[in-house]
Amino acid sequence: MNVTTTRVDNGVNVEALLGARAALTEAPEAARFKWRATCSWVNGTHSRSTVQGFFGLGAEQSHKTEFAYDADHPEVFAAEDNGATPVEYVLVGLASCLTAGIATVAQNRGIQLRSVKATLEAGMDLQGILGIDSEVRNGFDGIKVAFEIDADASHEEIAALVAQSQRRSAVFDIVTNPTNVSVVVK
Amino acid sequence: MTRTAGKVGPVARSVDVIVVGAGHSGLAMSRCLAEHSIDHVVLERGEIANSWRRERWDSLRLLTPNWQCRLPGHVYDGSDPDGYMTMPEVIRFIDAYARRIDAPVRTDTTVNSVRNAAGGYEVVTDRGVWRGRAVVIASGAHGIPAVPACSAALPASVRSLTPFDYRSPAQLDDRGVLVVGASATGLQLADEIQRSGRHVLLAVGEHIRMPRTYRGRDIQWWLDAVGILDQRYDEVDDIVRARRIPSPQLVGTPERATLDLNALSDRGVELVGRLVGINDGKALFSGSLPSHCAMADLKLGRLLQTIDAWTESAQLSSAVDAPEQFAATRVPQSPRLSMDLATERIGTVLWATGFRPDHRWLHVPAFDRKGRLRHDGGVIPDAPGLYVLGLNFMRRRKSSFIHGAHDDVRDLSHHLAAYLGGRTPLRVAS
Repeated sequence: MNVTTTRVDNGVNVEALLGARAALTEAPEAARFKWRATCSWVNGTHSRSTVQGFFGLGAEQSHKTEFAYDADHPEVFAAEDNGATPVEYVLVGLASCLTAGIATVAQNRGIQLRSVKATLEAGMDLQGILGIDSEVRNGFDGIKVAFEIDADASHEEIAALVAQSQRRSAVFDIVTNPTNVSVVVK
Repeated sequence: MTRTAGKVGPVARSVDVIVVGAGHSGLAMSRCLAEHSIDHVVLERGEIANSWRRERWDSLRLLTPNWQCRLPGHVYDGSDPDGYMTMPEVIRFIDAYARRIDAPVRTDTTVNSVRNAAGGYEVVTDRGVWRGRAVVIASGAHGIPAVPACSAALPASVRSLTPFDYRSPAQLDDRGVLVVGASATGLQLADEIQRSGRHVLLAVGEHIRMPRTYRGRDIQWWLDAVGILDQRYDEVDDIVRARRIPSPQLVGTPERATLDLNALSDRGVELVGRLVGINDGKALFSGSLPSHCAMADLKLGRLLQTIDAWTESAQLSSAVDAPEQFAATRVPQSPRLSMDLATERIGTVLWATGFRPDHRWLHVPAFDRKGRLRHDGGVIPDAPGLYVLGLNFMRRRKSSFIHGAHDDVRDLSHHLAAYLGGRTPLRVAS
């Protein structure tokens, strides 16, 4: 770990997070969160999803405002391209989760970040979702994430940051490990 | 007439048609060729009904009732029409058929290659070379167990078995067993291994749920009556998909019992999702188990509705029992998503993941990019004079059943006779 005399500020309130960790260790029920989203079909493959409310710390919570996301397919799919594709949102989720983790871990380790840039690419063989070849899976055949990080730290320290961010990442876990999904019609 | 195959080659025997395989399909074709007075030979790598003798587990019985077992010129005439044949009974049934039709079978004759040759095909066996104007592949749809690539990642402590290797629970150690696949094979093996006292996990993907009997009749009777078994390959929306549908969850028992996932859960089998990979000694299961079970329940509901509607329109409602309801498939609250095979004491993984035909000896340019034989209802367009039998949904939904051979062989023997007669074979209509 770097020991610096200047104050490290990545904009992450580590003290608050460590405090929450201590508090939630004592009150594990409060650690149970529910994340929610709603999605409405607009037209064609265009849909609009919103997030605002969630549950945690034993009570209903809310974002400061409602966030909305348009999803669609590009014109090469004969769609209108009103937004990112759903699979691109998965990449967005993974990238932002890992990046948030890097900032947090860096703060905790006293590493000043100057820039963090992630580039993601996921392969997909459309023969799966188009039902051409049942041996081809619908989802990604792999995801590559490349980080370019400028920070007051050695290459090894930066690599360790990136490794730790994966270890504590919710989205990394969601995309690398199976999850029970139940879909019902109300 | 004999000819020599090349200057120094062995003397090849010549015949109009060479049938590869003396199971029910090959013998049925032999019978139809004889009716057309077509000179032919049936080459068999082992004995008559060889796969039924050597590649089946001990407790297996046919999924079809005895009354349904019929071949051209041969019907079941025993005392138990509603029963299901054991393997020794199937072997006796097919043996009796071979004797009855006096089929020209050469046993212990393994075909090593089939190639194009002048005027037809050259068939090289371990007992000499044959030349034929036409060849019928009747070696079955279940030549090779299809095992997923992730099996290579199994830890050395776990034994990997296919249904070809498996005979009975007695050959297993006393550790737990992961059965992969929920077709008829997977359910039957999970059931008998769990009953033997070993703990069984069953990995369940897409599957077809069916009761053994419905409204007092065997489900096969309904599938036949409603016309589902006779659906033709050129009538369905997506034949590639239809050919990949796993076998329905059925078992033939003297009690005519229904074997479904609920019955297995009651006996203590643990249901998990589709096996998606093996990593660091851990098996990973998909989170789609509830979705796959709900889909199978929906499909079962649609099938029963079709049966009820048919019964109504055929004015048979009073001749059969009242409609029945089946409980929805029960899925564990949160199915296990991963399992460390060593710490959970899993000793065996049994791959009930389907089969594919073994055509490695067939050297004709008639395969698609996935290595599957391209055929149009058993006629191979890229290889005139070459035919195949007994594949899943080959001409009809029933094509892979014993009784399914009857209509297919009749159609294809007509096509073959026309081909040999120099006539343009008509597209075989229903």
